[in-house]
Amino acid sequence: MAMTARQTLTLLAAVAALIGVVAIAFSVGRYPVAFADVLRVVWAWAGGAPHGLEPTLDTVVLQVRGPRVIAALLVGAALAAAGAAYQNLFRNPLVSPDILGVSAGAAVGAVLGIFLSLGVVAIQFLAFAGGLAAVGMVYLVAKTVRGHDPLLVLVLAGVVLGSLLGACVALLKYLADPYNQLPAITFWLLGSLSSTDPRDLWRAAPLLLAGLLPLWLLRWRINVLSLDDEEARALGVATGRIRLAVIVGATLMTSAAVAISGVIGWIGLVIPHFARMLTGPDFSRLLPVSVLLGAGFLVAVDTLARTIADVEVPLGVLTAFVGTPLFLWQLATARRGWQ
Amino acid sequence: MKLAAQGLAFGYRDRRIGSHVTLTLDAGEVLCLLGPNGSGKTTLFKTLLGLLPPQQGAVLIDGRDVRTLPRDAVARQVSYVPQAHGAFFPYTVREVVLMGRTAHLGLFAAPSARDHAAAMTAIRRLGLAHLADAVYTQISGGERQLVLIARALAQDARMVIMDEPTANLDFGNQVRVLERIRALADEGIGVLLSTHDPDHAFLCADRVAMLHQGELVACGAAAEVMTAAQLQRIYGVAVAVTAVTVGGAGTRHVCLPLSAF
Repeated sequence: MAMTARQTLTLLAAVAALIGVVAIAFSVGRYPVAFADVLRVVWAWAGGAPHGLEPTLDTVVLQVRGPRVIAALLVGAALAAAGAAYQNLFRNPLVSPDILGVSAGAAVGAVLGIFLSLGVVAIQFLAFAGGLAAVGMVYLVAKTVRGHDPLLVLVLAGVVLGSLLGACVALLKYLADPYNQLPAITFWLLGSLSSTDPRDLWRAAPLLLAGLLPLWLLRWRINVLSLDDEEARALGVATGRIRLAVIVGATLMTSAAVAISGVIGWIGLVIPHFARMLTGPDFSRLLPVSVLLGAGFLVAVDTLARTIADVEVPLGVLTAFVGTPLFLWQLATARRGWQ
Repeated sequence: MKLAAQGLAFGYRDRRIGSHVTLTLDAGEVLCLLGPNGSGKTTLFKTLLGLLPPQQGAVLIDGRDVRTLPRDAVARQVSYVPQAHGAFFPYTVREVVLMGRTAHLGLFAAPSARDHAAAMTAIRRLGLAHLADAVYTQISGGERQLVLIARALAQDARMVIMDEPTANLDFGNQVRVLERIRALADEGIGVLLSTHDPDHAFLCADRVAMLHQGELVACGAAAEVMTAAQLQRIYGVAVAVTAVTVGGAGTRHVCLPLSAF
């Protein structure tokens, strides 16, 4: 779709804001680094001239902040993109990426991994597999229950299965060793990027891209999918198959994101909503703007999480504290986003 | 080009709504479906479009069973104008009409410049150019109805099925839509529409079909089918059908209720 001047401006502003946020994220922290020095370190790392600065800077920029900032970019972008897709799919702007039980399934997987004292990679794998399995089950349940509105059945199956998985998490927490395992479980459930390893990113990035690809390719069909089901079919869309492709893509992205960051709420709900206010509902604009805003938002929140207090504030807590007022403000001021 | 229903029984799952419906729609004609509330008009339309599976019989598009055709192939042959409705997201009028081009786009494609041009042509043909950038959820019900007709035009199908296209319109827009329907047929498009107003059938229809309790009770040329007795039978009120001669506009038939007001 042709972009108006306003939409081009929005896109440029989003890119500029993202670059600004990333620059700040690299500079601030317990060990402040001037932005020019960040650039020099990165340049040297990329094969350019040696920077001739303190070697500590290498550690801070490349090993501590680099992976963390990139993880925040990836996770924020993934959650926002998945949220935008689900909101269109369910024709409801109040839907978040975990509506079909991704987070609940991932939580059971990760908590089980911690409970069984497995390694980090195994825990991440269990979280990823748990998220996929939960959504798979929800989809199968919805497929078997016939004779109702397919979307309604999906949502209800998600709610019911989500609460069952919640009970599983509660049981595992109850059984877990209160001195070692319980804090680790709580920490994971609150979400954090503080222990991000570059290898986590290499594992997650292909999955995120694989999930994003169908969403981008099907962008026009996803617009039509936000109409009434029969209307979309009358317009020539095979709604069942497209819906499945969107669910698979969004679930893959969310599971891969949750596996490295733990449970982080609000981004998938608030960011697409905000993006829709800026660009309108056309998915071919909504998706890229959601990705940019989601990435920038999580980098900003993660930077706050590690700088506002002496101890790190859990990300899930902070996104809720920042996201709730933002969302309420949107509700109160702008009605153009949805009716 | 022909849309045909053969011995069609239709309904939802375990509920039968109508049966024994056999009718054809040819290119270039207007077929008007009359029937009281609950007679099964919308369900019949959805079955003809392949959105509901027939309980018996078949729907054929140029001799091919609609169930064997992929959705986009059906959409390139038959477009659908549902009753005006709300929308979930604030798409612009232009975007809503562009969605009519979907069946002509590859699975991974977005609308091209040509599709934009086709959408704008459809918007202009319905006199909606001033609303092209308005938000669909913020225009009136009548305007939405016209936008949905524009979307069906952009779909560029040889057959159009319209579910009560005049229901939400003011008097002027009702006449304009009927004129537009007549013009479409004259351009070679087959139009099947339902209406609650027998006079609309007199104004634009080549043939009239009457649906009563799920069965076709009459189907034929408007003047033959729309008799007072027949209308009285399906609507249950006394009516008179009269020819009115208007200076310059020839002779027309009108339907008048005969209740004691």
